[in-house]
Amino acid sequence: MKLESNVPEGELATKWTEYKSKMNLVAPNNKRRISVIVVGTGLAGASAAATLAELGYTVKNFTFHDSPRRAHSIAAQGGINAAKNYQNDGDSVYRLFYDTIKGGDYRSREANVHRLAEVSTDIIDQCVAQGVPFAREYGGLLENRSFGGVQVSRTFYARGQTGQQLLIGAYQSLERQISIGQVHMYNRHEMLDLVTVDGKARGIITRNLINGEIERHSAHCVVLATGGYGNVFYLSTNAMGCNVTAAWKSVKRGALMANPCFTQIHPTCIPVSGTYQSKLTLMSESLRNDGRVWVPKKLEDVKAIREGNKTGNDIPESDRDYYLERRYPAFGNLVPRDVASRAAKTACDEGFGVNKSGLAVYLDFSDAIMRYGRIEANSQGDHNPSDAKVKELGTKVIENKYGNLFEMYEKITGENPYKLPMKIYPAVHYTMGGVWVDYNLETNVPGLFALGESNFSDHGANRLGASALMQGLADGYFVIPYTIGQFLSGEIQNPVPSTDLPEFEAAEKEVRARIDKFLSMKGNQTVESFHRRLGLIMWDNCGMSRNAVDLKKARQQVRDLRDEFYKDVFIPGTNEEFNPELEKAGRVADFLELGETMILDALNREESCGGHFREEYQTEEGEALRRDDEFTYVAAWEWDDKEPKLHKEELKFDNVELKTRSYK
Amino acid sequence: MKWLTTLFTSSLGRKLIMSLTGLFLCSFLVIHLLGNFQLLKGDEGVAFNDYAYFMTHFLPIKIVSFGLYAMILVHAILGIMLTIQNKKAKGKTYAKSGTTNVSWASKNMGLLGTLILAFIFIHMGDFWFKMKMDQLPMVMSESLGFEVKDLYFRVAQAFENPVIVIAYIIGQLVLAFHLWHGFGSGFVTLGLNNKKYSPIINAIGRIFAVVVPIGYALIPIIHYLR
Amino acid sequence: MNLTLKVWRQKNDKASGKFEEYQVEATEHMSFLEMLDVLNEDILENKGEPVAFDHDCREGICGTCSLTINGRPHGPNRGTTTCQLHMRHFNDGDTITIEPWRAEAFPVVKDLVVDRSSFDRIIQAGGFISVNTGQAVDGNSIPIEKEIAAESFDAATCIGCGACVAACPNGAAMLFTSAKVSHLGLLPQGKVEQDKRVVKMVETMDDEGFGNCTNIGACHVECPKEIKLENIARMNRQYFAAKIKA
Repeated sequence: MKLESNVPEGELATKWTEYKSKMNLVAPNNKRRISVIVVGTGLAGASAAATLAELGYTVKNFTFHDSPRRAHSIAAQGGINAAKNYQNDGDSVYRLFYDTIKGGDYRSREANVHRLAEVSTDIIDQCVAQGVPFAREYGGLLENRSFGGVQVSRTFYARGQTGQQLLIGAYQSLERQISIGQVHMYNRHEMLDLVTVDGKARGIITRNLINGEIERHSAHCVVLATGGYGNVFYLSTNAMGCNVTAAWKSVKRGALMANPCFTQIHPTCIPVSGTYQSKLTLMSESLRNDGRVWVPKKLEDVKAIREGNKTGNDIPESDRDYYLERRYPAFGNLVPRDVASRAAKTACDEGFGVNKSGLAVYLDFSDAIMRYGRIEANSQGDHNPSDAKVKELGTKVIENKYGNLFEMYEKITGENPYKLPMKIYPAVHYTMGGVWVDYNLETNVPGLFALGESNFSDHGANRLGASALMQGLADGYFVIPYTIGQFLSGEIQNPVPSTDLPEFEAAEKEVRARIDKFLSMKGNQTVESFHRRLGLIMWDNCGMSRNAVDLKKARQQVRDLRDEFYKDVFIPGTNEEFNPELEKAGRVADFLELGETMILDALNREESCGGHFREEYQTEEGEALRRDDEFTYVAAWEWDDKEPKLHKEELKFDNVELKTRSYK
Repeated sequence: MKWLTTLFTSSLGRKLIMSLTGLFLCSFLVIHLLGNFQLLKGDEGVAFNDYAYFMTHFLPIKIVSFGLYAMILVHAILGIMLTIQNKKAKGKTYAKSGTTNVSWASKNMGLLGTLILAFIFIHMGDFWFKMKMDQLPMVMSESLGFEVKDLYFRVAQAFENPVIVIAYIIGQLVLAFHLWHGFGSGFVTLGLNNKKYSPIINAIGRIFAVVVPIGYALIPIIHYLR
Repeated sequence: MNLTLKVWRQKNDKASGKFEEYQVEATEHMSFLEMLDVLNEDILENKGEPVAFDHDCREGICGTCSLTINGRPHGPNRGTTTCQLHMRHFNDGDTITIEPWRAEAFPVVKDLVVDRSSFDRIIQAGGFISVNTGQAVDGNSIPIEKEIAAESFDAATCIGCGACVAACPNGAAMLFTSAKVSHLGLLPQGKVEQDKRVVKMVETMDDEGFGNCTNIGACHVECPKEIKLENIARMNRQYFAAKIKA
């Protein structure tokens, strides 16, 4: 199989514009007769469903949630990037493109990333028009802040709830289309299989999660916008329901899984507190604008802290190691996520972790509080304020900027972060890998598209902060509405396929058989316990740092776990009812296969790049060592029970020079 | 005209009626109280009986009083309807009721309103009905120059009975609770809510809810003590 | 800590439910939902049927989790969703009563899970700005006063969890509906269709079987995002104005 990226010819900067003006279109009268299935209602799914419906297509939209508004995009905190250059600080489409390519450690496709940077500005306009209440300056204009890995302020935000506000904007557009009947919404429906007819994606099989009904849905094409697979690690910042099932079922029907080992470990999460823990909570990257990351220099201080005899406040300035500022003076605390996470791991591996488990570092706002406090005092005309006054004023400024995040931290940990430095540790957050797509966001299965986090296309080996929201909305609002026409223009002669076709019947039968199998096993272990064990294997061996020996061992462990799962899992109840355990079982079964593919991919990629760090490939200073000669390609995996097959798409860089990433 | 019917059949429209009638009844409470204070003059009811005559024989007042009866009925009937509907909309209630930070009165306006309605019936039966049915003795009004009904006599007679006095005090207590929530709520329903003025309106409402019922309660108490 | 849980169990919307009692051992660092996870693991160990409850993001933003805990939607803490409620706010030996959201417009799906799709239908009636993709002008061409933007934002933080309805003795959805009306109506972009929006959303809210607001204020007290009651007054005002306008 040869993977064609279908990137159009032409200059990088004008490629998308030229392509748009020449691509095939579907006439309005034909759009009415064409139906599209969109799976997922997050930023990518909701924006795609709404926009396709606005264009006149008949859309069927599916979510396993009770409402489209619950999709996990809602939890994104920090912001969304756009090359508006409102701050007059030297930003441009090219710079956003370049930052994203570099941030992704040169493992993404140039043309896709440039298009993303181009449409980023339209997203902000669209969202403002929808009523997204972005942060504003006193003059009434939009405000920006900075994020990791860049030297301009291009991040638009809505307090610490940017994802929520953007998703509500997209959700409202979607609801508007539902109200006029252009979108048929299926809540609490889970996609359990993809149906292909004559090699083209023509429908899906779903389970109604309320009553267990297995349904067939057909359309001219299928769009996946089903998010990432971070929950393969069990503990992650993803929501409990996030899963890979829709994407994975597509992979089992022939789509390819690209770069699955590229997972993002976010540096600022609340550390794990116990074995009962179900998920981890992220503290927005925006905190690194003002917070300073450090660990004690002396091991005896670490010991005292762990035993509860000292707190972070008791360690004098001279005994603190602000290791990010020390190691990366140019970017300091705002290095990209992969670099910050790895540095935290190194500090903790060396024994400097500051909580009981030794897996936490400090994120300290005391400097920022004093700095803001002095500015605030000055602006109030008090040029000689007391320290207490400065602290009080500064605390207010920090509260205005990050109040809801600080509150969340206190709720979870019971500690007051205005008084004591926050404790943070890296956690799985985002998956750059995903279903392989070409320039049109179409997979290798004709008529099957993948958007947002569910595809692999834009972030390479590491995603920059505030870029996930940008990509989700870019794909849904401004890319798929055009590129889908390339496929659908060839379908205007075809009616909506009948769901009575043998392909639908066969797929439904397989789905039923899988469910029956789960319910008939009646083993002794819970689904949750398998998931937890899988997560541990993945985190220990395929997490922040990886090596060949452990990866090989881990692959066998995952396979053994899968066998054990199919022998000994216990699922109560029946199919014909609301049965969360049955839902989870299907998802964990898919994670057990995906996990193996991730490990294989990590084994295959004998280099360190972005979020993928192979211990064998590092510089003397412990930095990632990329091997461009051999690995400048996308690794796309075809699933096979015994031995998944690797396909390669070479990455060509005509516009940027491949350099070793340096944030020093 | 459809807009008008939909306005008054919508939940907000019905609430609007509750609010307008309620606030009108509040104004009536003030007028009624000021009039009734003549019971405390200590003139053996001369001024009060003249006042009663005036109120029952002056045409504009008579018209307004019919409006008042209508308002009471609308407020009461609609209130009962809303209460029933709300009970239905809630369905099953919680086995364990939590302590939410809201006034007891606000959650029991239906009950309070029904008690007030009952009180009004008793009150009107005691005085208004007896007056209308000519069951009162007549007394010479010196200022008017003819005989008027001696309503004062009936009042003084009633408030010699401690049971009636206590019933009236309880009635005013119920009214106080009803007003405690109702006054401010009426303004919110009208949409008259504003960061600057709402605290003032609420404060006035609370004062109103305390002062007016105390004023009413003083009448039977003072009469009894006399 | 050892706890006794009285949990509402109901097979589906047609079945009648009842309370069942469970013992569970928790630690103070657990979240309330993690405590329920532990309960469910125990139940599964004994081959029983776990308690169904809605949950997803577990960081207080998706609005999926619900639960009326000891009579209070989202439990005893102000401004906190159930998923962010931690067991350190309970004591060893406590008995905790857990019920689903109660309102006729939120029928029970199973155990503690309810159907809140009526909220979606209220939004469908007008909780949006009618702008198609691609029609927008430059974001900075619509300056918005910082305070107005902030007020709109405060209303927009609603997570659609339904605690307001659950808390309301009347089962009214005024706080939810008015929050959306305020979010959009305060912004210049949303003013254009505000009259139509407020009338249609109120009509749908009534049709869905929610009760009538009597300004009790329990909705605001239990709202995990502390949405303000001013929104309700604003919606009243705008509704009457829209109806009376020629």
